[in-house]
Amino acid sequence: MATKKTSFRGLGAKFLDGAEPLIRILIYASGWSAIIFVAAIFYFIFQEAWPILPRVNWGDFFFTNDWVPVPAEGNEATYGAKSMMYGTFAVTIFSMIIAVPLGLGAAIYISEFATGKVKETFKILIELLAAIPSIVWGFIGLVVLNPIIQSVFGVPVGVNLLNGSIVVAFMAVPLIVSISEDALRAVPDSYREAALALGASKWEIVYRVLFPAAKNGLLAACMLGVGRAVGETMAVLMATGNGMVIPENFANPAILLDKVRTLTATIVSELPDSVHGGDHYRMLFVIGIVLLIFSVVINVTSDIIVKGIKGDQKNA
Amino acid sequence: MERRKVLVEGIAKKVMLVAALCLIVPVLAIIAYIFYKASPVLGLDYLWGVPEGGGTGGGIWPPLIGTFFLVLVSLCICAPIGIMAGIYLNEYAPDNWFTRIINMAVTSLAGVPSIVHALFGVGAFVLTFGMGESLLAASCTIAVMTIPVLITSTREALSAVPMAFRQACWNMGATKWQTIRTIVLPNSISGILTGVILEVSRAAGETAPILFTGAAASIPFMADSLGDKLMPYFLGDKFMALSYHLKVVADKLNDVPEAMKYGTAAVLIGLIFILNSFSIVLRMYLRSRKKW
Repeated sequence: MATKKTSFRGLGAKFLDGAEPLIRILIYASGWSAIIFVAAIFYFIFQEAWPILPRVNWGDFFFTNDWVPVPAEGNEATYGAKSMMYGTFAVTIFSMIIAVPLGLGAAIYISEFATGKVKETFKILIELLAAIPSIVWGFIGLVVLNPIIQSVFGVPVGVNLLNGSIVVAFMAVPLIVSISEDALRAVPDSYREAALALGASKWEIVYRVLFPAAKNGLLAACMLGVGRAVGETMAVLMATGNGMVIPENFANPAILLDKVRTLTATIVSELPDSVHGGDHYRMLFVIGIVLLIFSVVINVTSDIIVKGIKGDQKNA
Repeated sequence: MERRKVLVEGIAKKVMLVAALCLIVPVLAIIAYIFYKASPVLGLDYLWGVPEGGGTGGGIWPPLIGTFFLVLVSLCICAPIGIMAGIYLNEYAPDNWFTRIINMAVTSLAGVPSIVHALFGVGAFVLTFGMGESLLAASCTIAVMTIPVLITSTREALSAVPMAFRQACWNMGATKWQTIRTIVLPNSISGILTGVILEVSRAAGETAPILFTGAAASIPFMADSLGDKLMPYFLGDKFMALSYHLKVVADKLNDVPEAMKYGTAAVLIGLIFILNSFSIVLRMYLRSRKKW
């Protein structure tokens, strides 16, 4: 792949070389842009939510159920987001119950057991799985899984917590697989060879050597999966039924067949109806702040778990 | 003892294989089913046609071309910034705490939920910068959202170029920028292109960020002349997009024929898969050609 374009004499090349100071400034500015974008996201979301922030009753926001943005005449609007927090929490937990074992299993298979063509094929398929857009998953939940769940469980409506969790699990899995696989690959081969020399089987290597050695990376993979599940929007909107319900008995497996509503789905479904600049509109931005802070905390923490506090980028 | 070990290993291997297959097989089956259900409408008429009766009939040309323009504008915005940011991080950035913060910002940006990007787009582009709900505002929102994809893949492509190449060039008296321009970039251009394709595929599928920044459920579409058909939206207009169109037909209209819904989904999936396969093939070709 050697390049033939090494002539420094062309007019274009002279111009490009002369522009070096300008280009350096552009490159530095672009390099810092990621920080600017993150700061801008914080700034603009806080800007929209700002007027209501001092008036938010955080106790009510986190611990009461009544989300009544447009109350009946004479009543005051109340903003209790507990039922949405429950929705987000439930979808995240159930999707992780599906996604983590499948994801870790697939990552171990791809990284340790599969070889050659099989390995390549699996990696490509997982990559394609990751590329399926959120809205298509929502469509699958609404149009394909919905009737299946209706007939299997004999319920009138098949868009519910179970449906949403399955969809979100499949969305989060490619991320879990690829990051776990990176973590497993980062374990030096000498560890595997040492264990083999001691007479360990491949499976013993996996759970006695690789799990302890790669535990930080695997933990980070699961955390990023959680971050993905919490932030998922269109798919959960379409697949969970988008109804605010808090079950009375959490131990009852029937809660899986109830509708739920997540924080993200609330923003999507209510923003078009809210009056711009009104309290309701600003409260939706407050929910946005909660999601934003949560996602940044998850990402920074998992980054630190993988790379350590000092940040050894070269091994990342 | 040994036999037990072999047995356990065999079971473990099968369990892992089943886990991997559980991810792949149902999804492939569902996608095949979507294409099967869509087959009655899939065809040039469907791609080239204009929706009739609020999406109950006709084709999907307006959302398709809308997605094309959305991707194009967002790419024009984020490709230069993303690629230069990748160059900065791999070639210029010193190994210090500030670079570490930039890297954390890149990962955080990639992890911010799409709906938060949508709120950001509303607050920043639609309201503060006065773009209104328009193609430009939606493209800017998508650009900010997809820029980490480009930064990460550019950085990876550049770091695959051996250090010795750069050192040889410096020894010839070239400046840092000359080295990047003549040695590093030509040797990593396919890797960068892979990143661009991934950005395009990501931008084409996103829905939440464009919902409030410019996408419209339905726009009266003038299809009198070819020019109108190829260039229906300008930067300040609202536009239709394939992903949003899928949401509209999937859940708002009960009287949409089934094949129309599946058709939209099939076209979107097909588009994304073609783009991604292209980037995968490019990467494999690149790996096979690599000489160092």
